[in-house]
Amino acid sequence: MAGVTLDTVRKIYAGNVEAVKGVSLDIEDGSFCVLVGPSGCGKSTLLRMIAGLETISGGTVKIGDRIVNQIEPADRDIAMVFQNYALYPHMSVYDNMAYGLRNRGTPKDEIEKRVKEAARILAIESFLARKPRQLSGGQRQRVAMGRAIVRKPQVFLFDEPLSNLDAKLRVQMRVEIKRLQKALGVTSIYVTHDQVEAMTLSDKLVVMSGGQIEQVGSPADVYRRPETRFVATFIGSPPMNILPGTVEGPGRVSVGGQSIAVTDMREGLSAGTPVEVGLRPEDVQAGSAGVSALTMDVDFVEELGATQLFHGKVAGAEFVVQASTGQIPADTRRLTLAIDPANVHLFDPQTTKRLGRV
Amino acid sequence: MEKRAIFSSKTLPYLLLLPQLAITFIFFYWPASQAIWQSFLLEDAFGLSSEFVGFENYRTLFEQPEYYRAMVTTAVFSTAVAILSLSCALLLASQADKQLRFGQGYKTLLIWPYAVAPAIAGVLWIFMFHPTLGMVSRPIKTMGIDWNPMLNANHAMILLVFAATWKQISYNFLFFLAGLQAIPKSVIEAAAIDGAGPLRRFWTIVFPLLSPTTFFLIVVTVVYVFFETFGTIDAVTGGGPAGQTTTLVYKVYSDGRLGGDLGSSAAQSVILMLIVIGLTAIQFRYVERKVQY
Repeated sequence: MAGVTLDTVRKIYAGNVEAVKGVSLDIEDGSFCVLVGPSGCGKSTLLRMIAGLETISGGTVKIGDRIVNQIEPADRDIAMVFQNYALYPHMSVYDNMAYGLRNRGTPKDEIEKRVKEAARILAIESFLARKPRQLSGGQRQRVAMGRAIVRKPQVFLFDEPLSNLDAKLRVQMRVEIKRLQKALGVTSIYVTHDQVEAMTLSDKLVVMSGGQIEQVGSPADVYRRPETRFVATFIGSPPMNILPGTVEGPGRVSVGGQSIAVTDMREGLSAGTPVEVGLRPEDVQAGSAGVSALTMDVDFVEELGATQLFHGKVAGAEFVVQASTGQIPADTRRLTLAIDPANVHLFDPQTTKRLGRV
Repeated sequence: MEKRAIFSSKTLPYLLLLPQLAITFIFFYWPASQAIWQSFLLEDAFGLSSEFVGFENYRTLFEQPEYYRAMVTTAVFSTAVAILSLSCALLLASQADKQLRFGQGYKTLLIWPYAVAPAIAGVLWIFMFHPTLGMVSRPIKTMGIDWNPMLNANHAMILLVFAATWKQISYNFLFFLAGLQAIPKSVIEAAAIDGAGPLRRFWTIVFPLLSPTTFFLIVVTVVYVFFETFGTIDAVTGGGPAGQTTTLVYKVYSDGRLGGDLGSSAAQSVILMLIVIGLTAIQFRYVERKVQY
């Protein structure tokens, strides 16, 4: 097994369109790395360059100790699971899984052993003789995974493998992919636009936007300490609220005339500097007044069962508060929000970077 | 999805069907039934009287060695054209499927031969390959081959196969290209990652996935060779030398029109009709259902 190292990898398409703008990334051996971002952010292009399906315009891609820029996909020792499964429609499930091994001249009994083993792990033993069109979406997905497993590659690549499944199956397959990856210990790179998938699957979360990496870290780190405004609003559901504010002094900002304390704030910011104040809907406590408080005018309430989302305005900006059902009466028109200083995120309005302690 | 129009009166639907039914009956069923009736008649040499002879025309037909020779000629001709035109078309289509500069212009040019009438195509080819006038014949002769499609039956057949193939490649090319473009790109990519080189990918993935198209084109090409190459044959060889390139369809024409044996000609037409029915049945049965994955 091997890690994957990207060094200022670039992709420039015809017409000088730069899809990937110099990405450097170190993926440790055996880890599960998720590339997440909105569509068009270059995450799939990056994955396809690692796979060898796209040429690399600049920089180097290393799998293990080997630079693979000029190496054919077949010789990179990788396996890929595609969004539409890309099963060979004219072959049985068994042949689909055996195809890669046969191409490499694996002995027949070895092929049979490996296919049977993969089928057992994925619980598709009873479908081996069927054709892909006779399978459901979830079963096809398993076959696609099986095709990757039997090869015993150094790296698994997943290109939005769950987006064609319905919501329930998606959650189920997500758990299975995670379990499988932990059991096999194979380095995996997974591309998705779904932040829930990204958070739950990854050991290493890479948030991308506009062909660049916005932030790399463990999912908990990225959630707790987003480095840019983009990451702050992309990771987390419902997204983080952003309010306009100004610096009052060390550890204090003003939002619409109301003063709140901030724990993580860059030193040396002069009073009156405009900032963006980020607050997660789940981090603000409604009702009781704490150290610092904001008032919110409620427009309407969304019911989610266990929780309720209060939509309204704070200091003229859209604001959402998440609260356990019953905690706040649903007919409340005006809310007082207690703000824990540790939960306040500050961003520079110009650069959109975090204004935290260095 | 069922599309069903509702008509208030009973006559309107029949009126709407009438033109199509009239065309079908007047131009297809009537001549066909005439041919069947004629095949049981024997006409005198001057066309003044005819006599009912039952299956006599068929019996004499199957006693003619020429008829069996026409069958073999047709079989050889259609096999050669089918293999040649399908493989050339597939080769061209697989090249055109790659992203090419001027790809659109290249594709358009490839379709042109299909617009050329069979007889004109035949004339073009005989001009090029005429033993004394042909501009292509000269280099062939300098290579030491005594090229003469007017006298040598093999040469005549080769020339016909080329002329017929040249015209059919366009059609087959179009269908192969459409078939290739319908194959998901990710399947090819998956095969590339699975360690299959371009050639192996082609034979284990692309070609099997094209099999419905291939089968359809085999049937269409065989029908084409059977019937539509008449103009080509007439212009290039006229069935000669010595009847060696006379196909079943050409024999219908030469026996009936040139030989004046209308009864035998009609009997041959009926047999051809049966062959077409058979081919169509195969096409419906297998193309529509069986050759799928």
